[in-house]
Amino acid sequence: MDMGKDLVAASATPLVLAILAEGDSYGYAIIKRVAELSGGHLQWTDGMLYPVLHRLERQGHVAAKWSASENARRRKYYRHTKDGRAHLAAQRQQWKAVDGTLRGIWMEACTV
Amino acid sequence: MTTAADQPLEEQIAQWRAYLRRRQGLHGPDVEELEGHLRDQLAALTEAGLSGDEAFLVAVKRMGSLDALSLEFARAHSERLWKQLVVAPEGDESAKTSSAETLVVLGLAVAAALAVKVPALFGHPINPNDDLPLFYARNASLFAFPLLAVYFLWKRGSDVVSGLLLAVPFAAGAVFANVYPFRIPRSDTSLLTVLHLPMALWLAVGFAYVRSRWFADGGRMNFVRFSGELAIYYVLIALGGFVLILFTFMMFRAIDMNPDWIVAGWLIPCGAAGAVIIGSWLVEAKQSVIENMAPVLTRLFTPLFTVLLLAFLTTMAWTGSPINVKREVLIGFDLLLAVVVGLVLYAASARDPQAPPDFFDALQLLLVVSALVVDGVALAAIAARISEFGFTPNRVAALGENMILLVNLAWSAWFYARFLRHRGSFAALERWQIAYLPVYSVWAALVVVVFPPAFGYR
Repeated sequence: MDMGKDLVAASATPLVLAILAEGDSYGYAIIKRVAELSGGHLQWTDGMLYPVLHRLERQGHVAAKWSASENARRRKYYRHTKDGRAHLAAQRQQWKAVDGTLRGIWMEACTV
Repeated sequence: MTTAADQPLEEQIAQWRAYLRRRQGLHGPDVEELEGHLRDQLAALTEAGLSGDEAFLVAVKRMGSLDALSLEFARAHSERLWKQLVVAPEGDESAKTSSAETLVVLGLAVAAALAVKVPALFGHPINPNDDLPLFYARNASLFAFPLLAVYFLWKRGSDVVSGLLLAVPFAAGAVFANVYPFRIPRSDTSLLTVLHLPMALWLAVGFAYVRSRWFADGGRMNFVRFSGELAIYYVLIALGGFVLILFTFMMFRAIDMNPDWIVAGWLIPCGAAGAVIIGSWLVEAKQSVIENMAPVLTRLFTPLFTVLLLAFLTTMAWTGSPINVKREVLIGFDLLLAVVVGLVLYAASARDPQAPPDFFDALQLLLVVSALVVDGVALAAIAARISEFGFTPNRVAALGENMILLVNLAWSAWFYARFLRHRGSFAALERWQIAYLPVYSVWAALVVVVFPPAFGYR
């Protein structure tokens, strides 16, 4: 299934925030988690995750810290902030509304 | 860790890294982060049985197109876009060829220069032997700023409606600068108009500059950067003009001619107006030449001003001499606060918001706090003066500006302190600063519009 570019871009923010809500993480692990969660339907170009993360960091929704990884390279770890949690809650409401609306109309189409 | 088998792979990674580094939107830490990702991906792929070469190809392919990637990075960090200025996702900049732009700019500069001479046709001549009539000082910003707005409207390809909307503040400025019946030409309220009208109208120029991006990330900050660089270019042009004037005098006097009328009547006023347009164009066109001047000056003068403020406070505490409140002193302390706010603003505009706090941030906090203390002393002196001798336009204007700058600095200090203690992000300080920008212009507009009638035009 090829998903539209806009939809992928729009879902990036809530998805990243939700994954970080599970625990601190870094870019590569986040990409892996997205692939795992979506069963491969949501294919991100790997690089595109980073501008999203940086934007969220700038807006104060996530905070980042460089620390050593297991193989002695530096790695940038992200964790979400209080702001980020509030933003995630708001996003969740919005996505629920979209989801509910679409579900409603598609259920109607089924029963008619 | 690099074995002989890894050698070609390491070389490939090094090449890829070097290629990434040349991208303007990407900075060192970004490249490091992306390289880390690439290496994780490589490790996973070789684990799955791919050879080094194959793994590298797949990993790079998954990373995505580097053009798209660096553009996304540049958008996420709009301060880096300053180099290519508004690389314009709109992409309409390239359509305006530079020769067309040169013609438009020269036309507007000449128009600004001639606009200065128009009032002379209607009974406001510039007499080289007298002081400059206050009419010109009051209307100074109206000669150049509207044309500057036209330049930005043209450059950004704005429509006619927004152009007409922008004409409203300039028209209002022209009305309020000239309709009030000031009692004497050099009355206090008239001089206040001279000082405040440019501040109020600069906001309108800002709207033309950022167009619809006023509320977007980075739009206003780019305008702040533009203002700083324009000020620097303007001073440079003024220095060149000064040299030109010296030679004019020297050479014409050598043949016993008096060049007063051409220098005072044409060269200085017309040059001052035209230089605003030319300077703005230089800032737009030659960004990369001078882009780091304002931040460099900020770095240079932040420690010096901090030392000055601390030395002043120590001396005052030591000798116990009170501030002698005269008009120049009131304006002087307001200017001092404005300089400190400027230092904070430009330090913020050039700083990478993601970088951790460093020594310079602590120095900024020290500067802001000492400015707050100095201002507290000045405010007490102004308040005492007002309670003793009553309100005058100057004192109220100085007090208002003082309060506005004080609020800004107090909040900035709070944000800096939080940031230094890792309780908040630098972006919060930046947002506060740019959100505050319109306040200055609104207050300036109030002074221009309300003060003269409120104080009986004295």
